[in-house]
Amino acid sequence: MNMTTIQHHLDEATLMGYATGNLPEAFNLIVAAHVSLCDACRAAVESYDAVGGSLLEGAATAMSEDSLATTLARLKGEPVIAKQPKNVGVLPTPLQDYVGGDLASIKWRPVGMGVKQAVLATSGTATARLLFIPAGTAMPHHGHRGTELTMVLQGAFQDDEAYFARGDVEIADASVHHIPVADIHDDCICLAVTDAPLRFKGWLPRIVQKFVGI
Amino acid sequence: MSQDKPSRKGQWVDQMLKVRDNRDTDAFAELFSHFAPRIKGFLIKSGADAATAEECAQDVMVTLWRKAGQFDPSRASVATWVFTIARNRRIDILRRERRPEPEDIPWGPEPEPEQAAVLELQQESARLTAALAELPEEQRKLIEQAYFGELSQSEIAQATGLPLGTIKSRIRLALDRLRHAMK
Repeated sequence: MNMTTIQHHLDEATLMGYATGNLPEAFNLIVAAHVSLCDACRAAVESYDAVGGSLLEGAATAMSEDSLATTLARLKGEPVIAKQPKNVGVLPTPLQDYVGGDLASIKWRPVGMGVKQAVLATSGTATARLLFIPAGTAMPHHGHRGTELTMVLQGAFQDDEAYFARGDVEIADASVHHIPVADIHDDCICLAVTDAPLRFKGWLPRIVQKFVGI
Repeated sequence: MSQDKPSRKGQWVDQMLKVRDNRDTDAFAELFSHFAPRIKGFLIKSGADAATAEECAQDVMVTLWRKAGQFDPSRASVATWVFTIARNRRIDILRRERRPEPEDIPWGPEPEPEQAAVLELQQESARLTAALAELPEEQRKLIEQAYFGELSQSEIAQATGLPLGTIKSRIRLALDRLRHAMK
């Protein structure tokens, strides 16, 4: 997979959340997809991983007597995990795992004006979907409550002053009213993830939230 | 508390490379003695019960054996690499969720990282561990909560002055080297 010059990166909080394992699955997916194409963010994630490595050193709890013997016995016959073959497709490997293949395997559903989307199955309240916007077309308005991250996989789009090409991520919170327009040269395919409505801490607000549906 | 025998390069790199390159079970046993209790402790702090943590620590060590071919000492210390496997197992057991991982950097002709790059990364990792230990109690607790618990990450991302910049640039250099080697 060719590396492109990425201009718009993920934010530090999201990269750290990926390393600590605190993001919803849909957000883990966009981080994995972006990091597949972006060495700057890969280096950032791996350095947050290093903090986890340091913390691990101070967390020992004794194992049971026979645990080593049990584990050594398990090693026999365990297949070695081979290195992944080079990805020559458009979708980064973690996305292909969710789609079940490359572009041709995406199950698109039309949403009007030539725009199509495909929701990817992720657990939790955050959602992930692929968007197809024909060249030169404006993305339909879509409201989102929390944060929405949009990563370009093919083609490009223009939003206000900024231009987003393959690998770039646009970060928009609920206050941003943006109307991205796909570049005229190619149909644009993006991965968009949105987080849940506000997440409250504590059990009482959580129960209230269920009833009032915010 | 344990008879740790950090290797010449420090921090278990020699043992890990013996596992990676020779499928050496003695080296694996040394890694197990050091890391399995730490994985178990990490999982317990993350909310797993002792029996689950024990079983999962074994699973993580088996995964280390199976994935050893992917270990690159110029990009991660052994502790860091073990942490990533343990974290993924935690997400799996506590949330029953898939954990999407970035694709591997495609490997061309096997580029063996330079000793200097490996040593530098290991030294930076040791420096990071020392810096963490020296943090004010409150800050360290915050970071631990982020890694062991389910604390939201937004307020802690920049809460500390940890020396991540140099680690980041070393990893970046290692990545550049890999990318270059496969052209």
